[in-house]
Amino acid sequence: MTATTAPYHSELPRCRDGFAQSVRAEWTKFRTVLGRMIATFASVIVIVLAACGATQSTNSCTSPSCGVPVGPGGEAVTDNYYFVHRTLAGSGSITVRVSLLTGRIQAGPGNVVTPSDLVGVPSRVQPWAKAGLIVTPSTNPGSAYAAVMVTGGHGVRMQYDYTHDTAGTAGAAGSPQWLRLTRSGGTLTGYASADGFHWAKIGAAHLAGLPATVQAGLFVTSPQTAQLAQGESSSFMQQATAATAAFDRLGLQGAWRSGAWQAENVGPEPNNANPTNAMPILSSVGYHRSGGGFTVSGSGDIAPAVGIPAGQTAAQPLHGVFVGLIVLIVVASMFVTAEYRRGLILTTFAATPRRGRVLAAKAIVVGSVAFFAIAVAAGIALPLGLHNLRARGNYIYPTTTLTDLRLIVGTAALVALTAVLAVAVGAALRRSAVAVCIVMVLIVFPYVLTITAALPAGVSQWLARLTPAAAFAVQQTLPQYHQVSYQYTPANDFYPLTPAAGLAVLAGYALIALALAGYLLRTRDA
Amino acid sequence: MSGALHAEWTKQRTLSATRWLLVSSIALIVGLGAVVALAASYKTTGSDQDITKLSLVGILLGQAIIAILAVLTVSDEYSTGMIRATLSAMPRRPQVLAAKAAILTALVLAAGTIAVAGSLLAGRLILPANGFTAAHGYPLLALSHGPTLRAAVGSVVYLVLIALFSLGVATAIRESAVAIGTVLGLLYLFPILADVVKDPNVERHLEQIAPMTAGLAIQSTTNLHKLPIAPWRGLAVLAAWATTALLGGGVLLQLRDA
Repeated sequence: MTATTAPYHSELPRCRDGFAQSVRAEWTKFRTVLGRMIATFASVIVIVLAACGATQSTNSCTSPSCGVPVGPGGEAVTDNYYFVHRTLAGSGSITVRVSLLTGRIQAGPGNVVTPSDLVGVPSRVQPWAKAGLIVTPSTNPGSAYAAVMVTGGHGVRMQYDYTHDTAGTAGAAGSPQWLRLTRSGGTLTGYASADGFHWAKIGAAHLAGLPATVQAGLFVTSPQTAQLAQGESSSFMQQATAATAAFDRLGLQGAWRSGAWQAENVGPEPNNANPTNAMPILSSVGYHRSGGGFTVSGSGDIAPAVGIPAGQTAAQPLHGVFVGLIVLIVVASMFVTAEYRRGLILTTFAATPRRGRVLAAKAIVVGSVAFFAIAVAAGIALPLGLHNLRARGNYIYPTTTLTDLRLIVGTAALVALTAVLAVAVGAALRRSAVAVCIVMVLIVFPYVLTITAALPAGVSQWLARLTPAAAFAVQQTLPQYHQVSYQYTPANDFYPLTPAAGLAVLAGYALIALALAGYLLRTRDA
Repeated sequence: MSGALHAEWTKQRTLSATRWLLVSSIALIVGLGAVVALAASYKTTGSDQDITKLSLVGILLGQAIIAILAVLTVSDEYSTGMIRATLSAMPRRPQVLAAKAAILTALVLAAGTIAVAGSLLAGRLILPANGFTAAHGYPLLALSHGPTLRAAVGSVVYLVLIALFSLGVATAIRESAVAIGTVLGLLYLFPILADVVKDPNVERHLEQIAPMTAGLAIQSTTNLHKLPIAPWRGLAVLAAWATTALLGGGVLLQLRDA
């Protein structure tokens, strides 16, 4: 009896045991649980529906720009100032001595104002009140320009085309300042002097396509305040202000046309017909000549438009993503914890003994599903929502196609990284309720805190830097401008980090959680 | 009923998770309140801060832990199969839910009282050093001050109602992750929604029915006229959410197979 039986060998070809197989296995697990697919599809639908249902008909403007001018760079701008000017046909220069004297502020509080409030009461000069010389092809709102100016609190500046700002060396505070603006072809050069003899160049601007004939002269303007409203730190008062400056020792050289000085208030009139979109300006503007000089009062700003009262950012239609975010946090953490509960994890580890690989495969599958689903949802929701909002008369700040693309991809990356974080936390804790709660407290909770302004502003800023909610910086579409005073807070869609840095913070959390979970998976019994 | 209560108490008492969750909720509430109090300064936040509310800000975070505790009270029984033993021993299902609610209420009452007292004490000790002094119009936090007492008592009641709301949702949903996601989603989504909606009327209505925003109106001691809803009425809104969730959960518990 020496019959031996040959050990059994399967007829099937040997399967490769690689990372690709693990990913495929995890994808099969994800795909074949109906609840997960339904939840993922449902979040896509909710995101799109939320964009459609953004019913906000607070406004009645008909054109896409809603009366907000667009600057040469394509950005929304404020272009309100009092202008005393003559025509310059060719090259030339203008020199003046200027002292910024007084300021006025809107009398009534808040946004509901009567015409008499807009005359204003005396106040401190605003730090970014401006008085000086300007050259512009036309007085149409949003025109190109270059200007040198004295400001209320930021010294002498040269600014051009709304977004560019160069500081000059300021003279002694309170003393009059000499300014000179020289035009030669398309190049404008700004100079400043404390005494009218020793001149220092501030900067030069090249305005492409500047016509030979331009308007040049004196201007004064003073922006609205940006103070916190009492008791409600989420909304704040924007009060209109005006500034009055004295100009004298006016000197013109070059190809100036003969004729009298003309004066006008550039930009929308005070008490304009569309108060919800306009930046508030005072009505107490004008000028008078006294001897060889001018006294000019102006209100408004020549700067990028920030904080248009009824303005909305292009990220507005993407708020439905929060539902998707919460659903995918639950789906992602259960993708691990459900295996522990059902005991499937034993089979998984028996089939793929390299546990780190299982974790990586799960993270890749969940991250990819989340990225793809949210990218599709946001890709539909963004253009659809923007179209709807504009059709209902809302003003949306203009964005470039690249910014729109970054919003879509960035939001998808935010949700995908959060889902990876949820997988990692789920694997580390093995308890789905605790995992879901921790991830939500890490990312949704800080966001709620920052937008509801339950905390002092400084704390909110730190939350938006240090917690995974920093990644919501991908939804910021407007740049911050140091030359415009505003509450640059997360509640107003401004984040302390750049989009890339914000995502990097979240990615950092996800990587640390993955490393920790990988370590625990290897050292613990399943 | 006393048997049911005793059974639920034994279950809660013998789970180490209960202790950990309660202790960490107290630590988080007092800790966050203290950190915010340390970071707040009279100079930067201006003259219109509600320092009682500021001291109790930890409740916003602590409620998440309380919600876990409440959700696990039911959903853990479902995930381990314990629920069958429970229902075999006590076939009157509403009584089981009532007993769970009672024990949970007692636990959260105790933890909430400690946490709120700790937060107010931390605020009382820390805030004067940051400029919130009587000279600037901020007397020391004290329970003898009517609105502060209301905020303190209300915050404890708020935590209890959040626990009962979570218990009801978990009883209806049974799956712990989905239940906690639903609870926190309902708490957090309303403020986000209210922020998105620019129409002030819609925003106000949303804040009036939101479980978290309405419920936390109880923490305000100043500028009450600016609140979307009066303090006690706000708490009543949350109580309505909790009652609806418990009733819904109870009905489903009665109707479904375990």
